[in-house]
Amino acid sequence: MMNSQSMAKVLRAKAVVMGASAGGVEALLGILSDLPANFALPLVVVLHLPGGRDSQLVDIFRRRTAMQVWEGADKDRLVAGTLYFAPPGYHLLIEADHTLSLSCEAPVHFSRPSIDVLMESAADAYGPNLAGILLTGANADGARGLARIGQLGGLTVVQNPAEAHMAVMPEAAIHLRPPDLVLDLKSIRALLLEIGKNSC
Amino acid sequence: MPRKNSPAIPAAETAPAGRPATGTGRSVPPTTPDLELQLLMEAIYLRYSYDFRDYSGASQKRRVLHALTQLACPSISELQARVMHDPTVFRQLLQYLTIPVSEMFRDPAFFLALRQQVVPHLRTYASIKVWIAGCSTGEEVYSLAILLREEGLLERSLIYATDINPVSLDKARLGIFPLASIQGFTANYQKSGGKRAFADYYTAAYDAAMVDKSLRENIVFADHSLATDSVFSETQLVLCRNVLIYFTRKLQDRAFGLFHESLGHRGFLGLGSKESIDFSSHAQRFEPLARTERIFRKRAEFG
Repeated sequence: MMNSQSMAKVLRAKAVVMGASAGGVEALLGILSDLPANFALPLVVVLHLPGGRDSQLVDIFRRRTAMQVWEGADKDRLVAGTLYFAPPGYHLLIEADHTLSLSCEAPVHFSRPSIDVLMESAADAYGPNLAGILLTGANADGARGLARIGQLGGLTVVQNPAEAHMAVMPEAAIHLRPPDLVLDLKSIRALLLEIGKNSC
Repeated sequence: MPRKNSPAIPAAETAPAGRPATGTGRSVPPTTPDLELQLLMEAIYLRYSYDFRDYSGASQKRRVLHALTQLACPSISELQARVMHDPTVFRQLLQYLTIPVSEMFRDPAFFLALRQQVVPHLRTYASIKVWIAGCSTGEEVYSLAILLREEGLLERSLIYATDINPVSLDKARLGIFPLASIQGFTANYQKSGGKRAFADYYTAAYDAAMVDKSLRENIVFADHSLATDSVFSETQLVLCRNVLIYFTRKLQDRAFGLFHESLGHRGFLGLGSKESIDFSSHAQRFEPLARTERIFRKRAEFG
């Protein structure tokens, strides 16, 4: 059951950032499939993929959701109803003016793109008007980023480690800073549909 | 997926319907660290003439916060005070403000396209001048020198390799790279259409690999800033890869202006695999030659 504080955070969110690693494609498909075209916020995702190869994420998710789906590009302005994936081999960041930027600086937690990099920059850009969701994964990337979102008053959500394909990532986040909500994928999906009714 | 080293959807570059526009506007008031960051960059510019004021904010902030921990400073303001009074601290900070991450034959498809689609044009020139802007520690410079040598063009080429970081330039001049990186360089070289064994181009000693000294004979390493300096030579090819992503659109525009000015008639411009000229005010002055590999060509100018 959601308390009133979490509910307030849900209602004020103007963007959603998500991170996942091992097992993440399946988890994201479970959450994002069939999200409506009128989803009222931008949704930005970092998914670790092996080897920095070009991914098929954009193609896969275009077939599964009515939202616009793009690979995040330098200087893109975040737009409601749009799902952005970090390009392989680059960190994806959100600027104060809600545009995207890329960086090929060193990997963080052996990962580029890194979830921490996305989430920390998003927290700075959106402050309390942000929802961060961290899913399955086998390393600790995302824990710091999600903590930063929480510190600045944003909503923090972690996939239930018991359900996650790999529990390391959600557990690391829960350990570093207890999130607002620990949920199964099914409930995360319901929450997203709720957030998607916000006005951006 | 039928693409190699290309953006998710090539159509994205042609600004299709639905592609989000860019814009400005800030919903959260600047925090104290953001203001401190801005002041630091202003101070560095006034004191040392290094202009980082138009770098993208989010990644710059990460770099400065990292420098804070490394230089044991409690706040950006205190770092600023130290930088103001002590040039050695500035030189240390400079190593964090610039981004020395590179590899040889990075994005092999780019070098393959360069070899197949640009080299035939370069061949027609009696002498070739190339500008590698933001050369960092030199990986790209030696990659191009190898490519030009294999195509029989290095002897009549002059490569200007520029950067703002003197420490990076010194490393680039030395041409010594960690032996551990050679495996990746070799794989890239092979995929880029390399004609020999990559081992022909370096000597290994202990944990380092030194590039063939003769490659350096046609390279001039020099200090140059895309933010504050002007054009220094006419060139036929400009490479500036994974530099512009750290710039705001305003500074990107300045850089594109310099490249256009430097390039001779129908000259070539190579960018990083996620960089684009499409939204620049100079977009119409270039045409794509190899769109997915990000190689552009200066349009003919009349009048």
